[in-house]
Amino acid sequence: MKIMKSKAKPIKLAAGIPVQSVVPLHSRRLNFDGNWDYAPAPEESKNYVIAPRHELFIGGKFVKPHSDTYFPSINPATEETLTEIASADEADVDKAVKAARNAYEKDWSKMPGRERGKYLYRIARIIQEKARELAALETMDGGKPIKESRDVDLPLVAAHFFYHAGWADKLKYAFPGRNPQSLGVAGQIIPWNFPLLMAAWKIAPALACGNTVVLKPAETTSITAMRLAQIFQEAGLPDGVVNIITGAGETGAVLVNHPGVDKIAFTGSTEVGKRIAQALAGTHKKLTLELGGKAANILFEDAAIDQAIEGVISGIYFNQGHVCCAGSRLFVQEGIYSTVIRKLRDRIRTLRVGNPLDKNTDIGAINSKPQLEKIRMLVQSGVDEGAELTQSQCALPAKGYWFPPTFLTGVTMANRVAQEEIFGPVLSVMTFRTPEEAFERANNTPYGLSAGVWTDKGSKIFKMANKLRAGVIWANTYNKFDPTSPFGGFKESGFGREGGMQGLAGYCRIT
Amino acid sequence: MKSAALQKPAVSFGQFRAPAVDAVMAEERAASFAKRSIKTSAKLAGLKMAVSMMDLTTLEGKDTPGKVAYLCRKAFQPAEPKYGVPPCAAVCVYPNMVKYARKFLGADSVVHVASVATGFPSGQFPLRTKLEEVRRATGDGADEIDMVIDRGAFLAGDHTRVFDEIAATKEACGPAHLKVILETGELVTYDNVRLASEIAMQAGADFIKTSTGKITPAATMPVTLVMLEAIRDYFFATGVRVGMKPAGGIRTAKQALAWLVMVKETLGDDWLTPDLFRFGASTLVNDVLMQIAKSMDGNYQAADYFSMP
Repeated sequence: MKIMKSKAKPIKLAAGIPVQSVVPLHSRRLNFDGNWDYAPAPEESKNYVIAPRHELFIGGKFVKPHSDTYFPSINPATEETLTEIASADEADVDKAVKAARNAYEKDWSKMPGRERGKYLYRIARIIQEKARELAALETMDGGKPIKESRDVDLPLVAAHFFYHAGWADKLKYAFPGRNPQSLGVAGQIIPWNFPLLMAAWKIAPALACGNTVVLKPAETTSITAMRLAQIFQEAGLPDGVVNIITGAGETGAVLVNHPGVDKIAFTGSTEVGKRIAQALAGTHKKLTLELGGKAANILFEDAAIDQAIEGVISGIYFNQGHVCCAGSRLFVQEGIYSTVIRKLRDRIRTLRVGNPLDKNTDIGAINSKPQLEKIRMLVQSGVDEGAELTQSQCALPAKGYWFPPTFLTGVTMANRVAQEEIFGPVLSVMTFRTPEEAFERANNTPYGLSAGVWTDKGSKIFKMANKLRAGVIWANTYNKFDPTSPFGGFKESGFGREGGMQGLAGYCRIT
Repeated sequence: MKSAALQKPAVSFGQFRAPAVDAVMAEERAASFAKRSIKTSAKLAGLKMAVSMMDLTTLEGKDTPGKVAYLCRKAFQPAEPKYGVPPCAAVCVYPNMVKYARKFLGADSVVHVASVATGFPSGQFPLRTKLEEVRRATGDGADEIDMVIDRGAFLAGDHTRVFDEIAATKEACGPAHLKVILETGELVTYDNVRLASEIAMQAGADFIKTSTGKITPAATMPVTLVMLEAIRDYFFATGVRVGMKPAGGIRTAKQALAWLVMVKETLGDDWLTPDLFRFGASTLVNDVLMQIAKSMDGNYQAADYFSMP
């Protein structure tokens, strides 16, 4: 019995490579440009309808802005206008604060904790049910990859409501022997990098602790906040408990200065955070600030290097680097420097930049044109100051705002790219020799939001964690978030904590 | 009474070194490859590529020349010609079946004959008989030898012995390609897997392979990733491209695509060839064929439409 010889040959997609031949040193490189490429796998945007106009959400109803003015909200990946957003002025803010005050006095402050908890559970469940739609909207509005909005943002949004729902009737256990009471009306101003997640971080603890809310989303990313308002309606949340006013920075300033507000919670730039702190000095208003960062990721010679590279990559390129705790400074121990650079160079070539709705996209669009210009300007300053630029040579779409994954080597501590928050997919690489030098250099910044330590040695992790002046320190991982874990900064990265038991304190008067 | 291990002359601990592996991040990274969405043309091309990389395997006590003949036919022509599916890379059999496989496939067939050897699956046999087995298998016409490492020696810390056995087996192989099975399910930790990969490559492995298929867990994505990373570092250190063969536990087309994505994004497209990447599997092929038929015809066919190996 003999089988006829087949004429078919095994397909070889890469050129036939002689096995066990030795590739000379200078041509040892990985090939990422083969024939087998992933076909487009987009989440269809046409499945999701966005209303042509979004009004303000005040007193449980969608209402026209007093000035009758609207501004466009665009998709940063296509530069197409998605919708028009209402611009709230002083009269609107006043109306929203009064609605919140009314709801606070009439309903929310009188409601037992277990009843408040029921609303939060209900909101969390509705968010889970609508997660796919919300993720797509978040991606269209903000430019972040659908992979991240689907797998990171939305699960965390629901988790924050679930977690705080559990606290609503257990607040006295968070502060044993003391009496936590609600504050009143909380004014909350959130950034554009995680629109829905930041809304959840702010709204869930405020409501759990018995406060009512006036929320101001960022100008470029208001769509999902307004969708959240519909969810509040669907959940039957009493009118006025959450009010959402959209607009630019001026709207936020009016909210900050409104005398009817008892608490301001702000997440955003250090510059604006300082102005808010000045404005609130001497008032009765309680304040928490979560501001910028310039986090150090510290990579020791004994680390699991391949895994550390993954952490460095996700640390800086997650959400296009629009992350306040992004690991934007990498400190590498000198002995492994060349290996780390080679691995980073290879790794950024496999990051897929493009249509954020494509399920295979790793890096989406930069959130806005001004942000793209800021990133370009700072990277250019790095090059002008003598740093060497390494960029992925990926093709970028013709329309939209894009910046390829980038890292800079030969950076010194005095360079702007080592000092200032770039808030983009740009990593500044520096070296160190000893653990002491590592934490001294890491701490040599006005910021102190987060840090990462990569080592196989447990004792070194504890030593570094004790020395690093940062609110969150990750060891052998990065960018891990959980509602049970408090998040917040040291130094100019802000004060107050969000999440965990500690986060409740920001929304309570503890007597 | 002194134990045997203590009576032995001290082995040179620390002669072989490998970088640490962090389990949490390795598992997280491995899981990320399965999230790639491989659709339409990429799916079809990937699935056909997967078939061309399969070592169609039968490793049972009840194997007969008749069963091996079925396997050879299946490897030669996995599906109806209209689907344009390439032949599999090899058939993988026990040493006693090598001569039949060779006979059925012919002298220099595109489908290779691979034989497990060196006291498969346990490896708990004297080196002399292991090498004799290798020589017999290659003498009967095996193109490729899938050896097992001595896990007992590895776990006892006798890395030199593991190395020496692989080197001796490589020599006994002659021109036949050597795949070294680490049996990662018995090494348990990723650090062990990484170190064993290093030892095997230094001793001359043409391929490193996860498992015999007789132990659970067999090929997992994180274990394969750790081995691919070892191959990558070895390539940059020596210029030699070592191949990778996950075996056991890969049963679906979806898994196969995830593995290909992992190879592509870890080692690059140069490794996407049967010369450097293989799947060791017995049941995977028909699931892949079913998906190929679905991609081309637009609907699923019943299992009865696909020939049994």
